[in-house]
Amino acid sequence: MTAQNLMLLAMSTPVLGALGVALTQRSPNLRETLSFIAAGIALVCVLLLVPEVYAGGRPEIVLFEILPGAALAFRLEPLGMLFALVAAVLWPVSTLYSIGYMRGNDESHQTRFFACFALAIACTLGIAFSANLLTLFLFYEVLTLITYPLVTHHQDEEARKAGRVYLGFLLGSSLSLMLIAIIATWMMAGTIEFTPGGVLGADISNAAIGGLLALFIFGIGKAAVMPFHRWLPAAMVAPTPVSALLHAVAVVKAGVFSVVKVVIYIFGVERIAGLSSVDWLPFVTGFTIIAASVVALRSDNLKRRLAYSTISQLSYVVLAAALLTPLSIIGAALHIVSHAVGKITLFFAAGAIYTAAHKTKVSELDGIAKRMPWTMAAFTVGTLSLIGIPPAAGFYSKWYIVLGAAEGEHWMALAVLAASTLLNAAYFLPIIYAAYFREPVDDGHEHAHGEAPWPMVAAMVITATGVLALFFGMEFPLALARQLVSL
Amino acid sequence: MILDHLPALQVVVPLLAAPLIVLLRSGRLGWLIATAVSWTGLVIAVLLFLRVQDAGTISYAMGSWAPPWGIEYRVDALSSYVLVLVSLLAAVVLPYARLSIAAEVPSDRHYLLYAMFALCLCGLLGITITGDAFNVFVFLEISSLSGYVLIALGRDRRALRSAFQYLIMGTIGATFYVIGVGLLYLMTGTLNLADMATRLGAVQEVRPVLAALAFITVGLSLKIALFPLHIWLPGAYAYAPSAVSAFMAGTVTKVSVYVLLRFMFGIFGVRLVLPGLPLLEILTLLSAVAMVVASLVALLERDLKRLLAYSSVAQIGYITLGLGLGNVDGMTASVVHLFNHGVTKTALFMLVGGIVLRTGSCQLDALAGLARRMPVTCFGVVLAGLSLIGVPGTAGFITKWHLVLSALQAGQWWIVVVIAASSLLAAAYVWRFVEIAYLRAAPTGAASREEAPLQLLVPAWLLVAACIYFGFDTSFSLAGARDAAVMLLEGMR
Repeated sequence: MTAQNLMLLAMSTPVLGALGVALTQRSPNLRETLSFIAAGIALVCVLLLVPEVYAGGRPEIVLFEILPGAALAFRLEPLGMLFALVAAVLWPVSTLYSIGYMRGNDESHQTRFFACFALAIACTLGIAFSANLLTLFLFYEVLTLITYPLVTHHQDEEARKAGRVYLGFLLGSSLSLMLIAIIATWMMAGTIEFTPGGVLGADISNAAIGGLLALFIFGIGKAAVMPFHRWLPAAMVAPTPVSALLHAVAVVKAGVFSVVKVVIYIFGVERIAGLSSVDWLPFVTGFTIIAASVVALRSDNLKRRLAYSTISQLSYVVLAAALLTPLSIIGAALHIVSHAVGKITLFFAAGAIYTAAHKTKVSELDGIAKRMPWTMAAFTVGTLSLIGIPPAAGFYSKWYIVLGAAEGEHWMALAVLAASTLLNAAYFLPIIYAAYFREPVDDGHEHAHGEAPWPMVAAMVITATGVLALFFGMEFPLALARQLVSL
Repeated sequence: MILDHLPALQVVVPLLAAPLIVLLRSGRLGWLIATAVSWTGLVIAVLLFLRVQDAGTISYAMGSWAPPWGIEYRVDALSSYVLVLVSLLAAVVLPYARLSIAAEVPSDRHYLLYAMFALCLCGLLGITITGDAFNVFVFLEISSLSGYVLIALGRDRRALRSAFQYLIMGTIGATFYVIGVGLLYLMTGTLNLADMATRLGAVQEVRPVLAALAFITVGLSLKIALFPLHIWLPGAYAYAPSAVSAFMAGTVTKVSVYVLLRFMFGIFGVRLVLPGLPLLEILTLLSAVAMVVASLVALLERDLKRLLAYSSVAQIGYITLGLGLGNVDGMTASVVHLFNHGVTKTALFMLVGGIVLRTGSCQLDALAGLARRMPVTCFGVVLAGLSLIGVPGTAGFITKWHLVLSALQAGQWWIVVVIAASSLLAAAYVWRFVEIAYLRAAPTGAASREEAPLQLLVPAWLLVAACIYFGFDTSFSLAGARDAAVMLLEGMR
């Protein structure tokens, strides 16, 4: 099969899967099997694409023109390959987890849940493969809309409010700022194709570039750079598998992926490096990193703490891209991968704790490791990765970002990274300490429980193993990331 | 042979159908005839469009009296485009109308309604196709008078009041228009639009021409429902029978915009519109206000039909905004939005018609949990609503893209902000429906699953599909609009 067909198949399989899920709602087992089959096919397709990109191929599909000069088109390049890999590998794992979670908590509307989930993955792959800003924007917006039913899954007042915040921030930022940025790019550069080296000509002024960058950074609300971050904590009302795959991996990574993609392929790293109009960005992201960590530190709700940690980690990626050095760009690409695997593990653990022990607060977790050893082991591995301690994957990406900051002699960024590492440790390690070394407090609400249902435990173990495996196998994503800066 | 007379047939067929329906005095036959007429009209319009694409502008001398003495029918890039829009919407709404009308209008009046429908269609097509300023007035009155009757047939007593209000406002508008045309006739001695444009260049005395411009612009603005002359529109759309709202929302104001385009750029453009007069600036400003204020009002409405009607006022602002920006992309946005909004809003009113049929109400509060009861209808409203917002992948996005592009080219940043604000407000009012229909629990005792009948759903969903389709394949909608825009602007040079 040609690479083009593989790309089309990878994107269409989740859509067909969603259709199958909708049609088989009367038989949950068949429905879940279909989810698995779709996830498996998509994964195989994406894996088969890797050698081609690895060898320098850039398979391209042009479907048809929407606007004169802007087609619905896909082109696979290393960054998109990495992002697609992350989504495609984690989808089957989350499906496994979701089955345990949705059944364990006796959730309603499971068919809608699995169908929207699959469609969200299709959009994510569409974003990863997109060849121009129009295609990216199309899938970006549809991703927002298709995840709305997942965020408002419980259909109560809280879900309604959260849904408003979710759509308000995401649609608001993209329909106003991002769309204008795209059209302004089109007007100034005459093209919105992703082009190595960027598309901005020499005639475009310093100020215009600065303005355009601001429109993109804040317009891509999924990257959650402050003050456009509020939707992410709001989205936490969704069932935990949604928070895990979508709001720690697919949706938020679609945001930072878009930012990195725009920086590399629209602005061009060399074109804007050293321009005075873009040097505000490290400060904005640095602020986000620190401020979000502080909020995380003060949140007692576990999912909320994880959400703010995500906001902070997303800004690592944006900061790395903003440093505009080859090493930091590599760091940005790797951090998309390593944070995804680490954070999904943490959310899996949070969901397992909720399912087995019905606990949502950090302060309730004393001594829980005795009852849920596997869960807390996975959680510990995830935190290691997020803090950046070897042998976890997070160490690697952070290392490259630090190298990039040092290469660019960006001392502020280095200070932010150092402070943030301490803050990460400060809000994660107490959880682990409490879980392992504190005695459980019996406040009358305790009930006997063990681990969560086995599919959830299995999913956690897989991703936690992935975190460790990535540390030793980072060579391979690294090779792809290197192609981005042709090192 | 008969192909040469297509321009005449486009108007004559519905014109003859109307008295025939009245003579037959049968609601069922009336519906059949009107439907057949509308489909014939669509075929003719498409044939004309294709011929214009191939061979350029068609000039047809009515009764073989050569223009400029006789009445000329003129089919060019713009008018053929609008003809397709109007006849397409009629052809989709009429099959839908039978059940919807049967539920909303007493059966002894059905045949009158279909006769008026045919007349209204005839008037709208006539306005579009004719190349004669006075003939425009005649058809404007035909479409308006039949329109008043159609609205008054609504089952609610408020329909009468709305029809009366529309009658007053519409008559003022038409009178202003004819005064303007009279002044122009005085100065140029011709009523043929093309001839008038040529002769206007030689006129020395500018003041009467300016007065004509003022009368015509204000008169047409009333018909367009340009803010703040829109007050007749919400009532008229909300209380008319659903099928009538659907048809009129997609066509009546659009055709009036078409006439305004003709006059501003085809006739006055040469000398008056661009230099000196701040007409375009005023138009831009009013459009911007409409886009924001009407959207805000829509956000506060409690009645779904009125909400959609105010949304129309805002969306008309999009159309006139592109016109006011005055560059090729803005003009393209205007013309393409005639089509995109026509399709979108008609789809929405048709779906709401189904809701009214099943629930007997379109008060938002009464629609809690509607998505369980009418899932197909509700999902259609969401999709068409996305097109109102201008989400990529829908027809509305194509318009918004060109509007923003046009505003950026003109260096008018504040307009970009207004467009963004307006689409966010659109998202807010569309989402009011979504939250109520999907996220509120249905009242106890509500019917479990009661979808609108297929006869309503199929035509409505055809247009919903069109909202999506024309967001991807723009080879007809956008290319046609661009041709028309280029033609209008070249007429100015």
